[in-house]
Amino acid sequence: MDFNDTPEEAKFRAEARAFLEANCKPKAAENDRMNRSLKPDEYMKAAKAYQKKKAEAGFAGITWAKEQGGRGLPPIYSVIFNQEEAKFDAPSGVFAIGLGMCVPTVIAFSDEATKDRYVAKALRGEEIWCQLFSEPGAGSDVAASKTKAVRDGDDWIINGQKVWTTGAQFSDYGILLVRTNPDVEKHKGLTMFIVDMKQKGVDVRPIHQMSGGRDFNEVYFTDVRIPDSSRLGDPGMGWNVALVTLMNERLAVGGSYGPDYKEIFEFAKGINSPSGEGSLIQDESFRQKLADWIVRAEGYKLAKFRTMTALSKGQTPGPESSIGKVINANQMMDIGNTAIEAQDHYGIINDPELAALEGAFHQSYMFAPGLRIAGGTDEILKNIIAERVLGLPQDVRVDKGVAFKDLPTGR
Amino acid sequence: MNFDFSDDQKALKDEARRFLSDKAGAKVTRRVLDDAKVSYDEDLWRAVAEMGWLGAAIPEEHGGLGLGRLELCVLAEELGRAVAPIPFSSTVYFFAEAVMLAGSDAQKKGVLPKVAAGEVIGCFAVSEGPGAPSAASIQAKFDGSTLTGAKIPVTDGDCATHAVVVAREGSGVSLVLVDLNQSGVTRTTLKTLDPTRGHAKLEFKGAKAERLGAAGQGWELAEAVLDRAAVLLAFEQVGGSQACLEMSLDYAKSRYAFSRQIGSFQAIKHKLADMYVAIEVARSNVYYGAWALSTEAAELPFAAAASRAAASDAYYLCSKENIQTHGGIGFTWEMDCHLFFRRAKLLAVQAGAPAVWKEKLVKRLEQRNAA
Repeated sequence: MDFNDTPEEAKFRAEARAFLEANCKPKAAENDRMNRSLKPDEYMKAAKAYQKKKAEAGFAGITWAKEQGGRGLPPIYSVIFNQEEAKFDAPSGVFAIGLGMCVPTVIAFSDEATKDRYVAKALRGEEIWCQLFSEPGAGSDVAASKTKAVRDGDDWIINGQKVWTTGAQFSDYGILLVRTNPDVEKHKGLTMFIVDMKQKGVDVRPIHQMSGGRDFNEVYFTDVRIPDSSRLGDPGMGWNVALVTLMNERLAVGGSYGPDYKEIFEFAKGINSPSGEGSLIQDESFRQKLADWIVRAEGYKLAKFRTMTALSKGQTPGPESSIGKVINANQMMDIGNTAIEAQDHYGIINDPELAALEGAFHQSYMFAPGLRIAGGTDEILKNIIAERVLGLPQDVRVDKGVAFKDLPTGR
Repeated sequence: MNFDFSDDQKALKDEARRFLSDKAGAKVTRRVLDDAKVSYDEDLWRAVAEMGWLGAAIPEEHGGLGLGRLELCVLAEELGRAVAPIPFSSTVYFFAEAVMLAGSDAQKKGVLPKVAAGEVIGCFAVSEGPGAPSAASIQAKFDGSTLTGAKIPVTDGDCATHAVVVAREGSGVSLVLVDLNQSGVTRTTLKTLDPTRGHAKLEFKGAKAERLGAAGQGWELAEAVLDRAAVLLAFEQVGGSQACLEMSLDYAKSRYAFSRQIGSFQAIKHKLADMYVAIEVARSNVYYGAWALSTEAAELPFAAAASRAAASDAYYLCSKENIQTHGGIGFTWEMDCHLFFRRAKLLAVQAGAPAVWKEKLVKRLEQRNAA
């Protein structure tokens, strides 16, 4: 048992490190947050330039096959690059969904001509992708998608609405899950397409979140034409295609955000304890909570090391990789909430000029409710653990053997 | 990255599981539970000694197998899973570790071969009453050759042949080694929440004793022993937690209510998923503890505290929700749920309750940051 790289991994890590040092600035501190000093268009320019260099240096698509422009390495190398990249101010976020979920789906389900058209450009950061699955009436039950595609000669005509689409405002293409046949069972009437996001009839509107930000979008489709050659998989097989995309999602959303136990520990030194005697860090009940956060944060970090170990040995990662989001979103909520309450009345102030950590605890408090929902709600993730990891039976289904159009929708 | 047990260690684990499913398990645990006069299962103890497990981590020169602490961790997980009714933890994680850590060559030569052979049953005596003990609270007195005072409770104190006792010596605290089979020692068997393990009050009246380690170093040594034992106890806790989850899963798949398997209800699914998450958090922490223990890393105190905090909480959660998943039958004496529920509480409070280890964890974070 040790935490060392194999010689090959160490060599790769050194290469990655050299590339990053040449092309990015190191983060000021371990807990340094996203560089927000750049304006959106400047950031996008920098992001695309960085992605191009990454592709040229062989650090984009590390696990992808060589014929897709990748490097054909096992997943552990991708993890190693991500570990090193996380130490730098690297503008790689806008490509995460496209390269992590959408383009691998395109690779899995399309012909050579289609792959030639899209894959290399995505890898070099020339085109950005988004994923269009959720709808107002199809969240946890995403297979209940209603956005409609009707065949018209060599084209399909799309009408409907998607929601919570990350990055739609700057995406060039998306993968779109639509209903092509409402007369068969829910899961059997779906089809997946590649959609050009810049074409007529695609209307992207930012969602104003309860946290104040606008990180996601609604996307409306009005008589949008998609050629049949942009179809991924057979008509009616869209759910199987979507499962390939979704397999990667929880890994992508599993990270931790916001101030962690180390930051609330530092913060607690400067706050009065509830009893008025000494500081919060001396308060017994706070220390007990802090210990729980340490245990969970370290447990999550160490579980990732176990996943890396499995990958390093060429094994499929164990189920430990599925626990991250359940732990992190709730812990982020709890830490934010505790830091606010610990400040007594002053805790209500979130003005970055006046609040601790420029209001980062308040941001956690307001953003964590979204994280408990995004990428599979806590409840769905627990169902997944129960069914796929622990082997418990599926819930009783009332939508089996019923045509989609006849299913109750509550409205 | 190689944060896992080796193939050999996994093979040892499989072997231990097979062995214990044959020689231990609920039936054997109940032999001790149901007979107030029996404090441990002698057949199982002999069988475990014959396997060499008692001396797994004892060097070969002292009669052991000379394996590492990782091998011991693997065995601990399986013993915890089996709720083994033997004084293994007291003898191996506490007594033998204390002797190996602090003993002179003569002391090691004197007792370790007998531990490995199953002839010495050890125990570790710290507690003197309600509440967490501290260096300042210890009352038992050692005068350089004899020991006077009382320890309550002492796990396996009713069947142990030897004890390591934390005692006051002058203005400090020392560890002392005591042969319990002498006239200066009185044992009173105690009734406890977990009757599958023996417990006693030990009273010493001028009992012959010898110092273990340097005079005045007893509290630091005791803390070091506790850190080592903490990791091993935490493996028992993870093993027990895992057994509870598996028992719940079996039941949730076979029990029908409202004409369907109860495991198809989300209320049950989410409960079991919570157990799973708690176990994985604990397992990841105790693996880190195992690494720190086996490499004698400077991170051991931090890792040991995190291991104990995580594993104690996980076992409490899993053992109580295992009862809940079973419903009425889970509350019966005949169903095994309570064996785990009882052992979970013993393991949680023995060698420091969860709150004590959580406090240690934060203190050690402070120390680490100050360093």
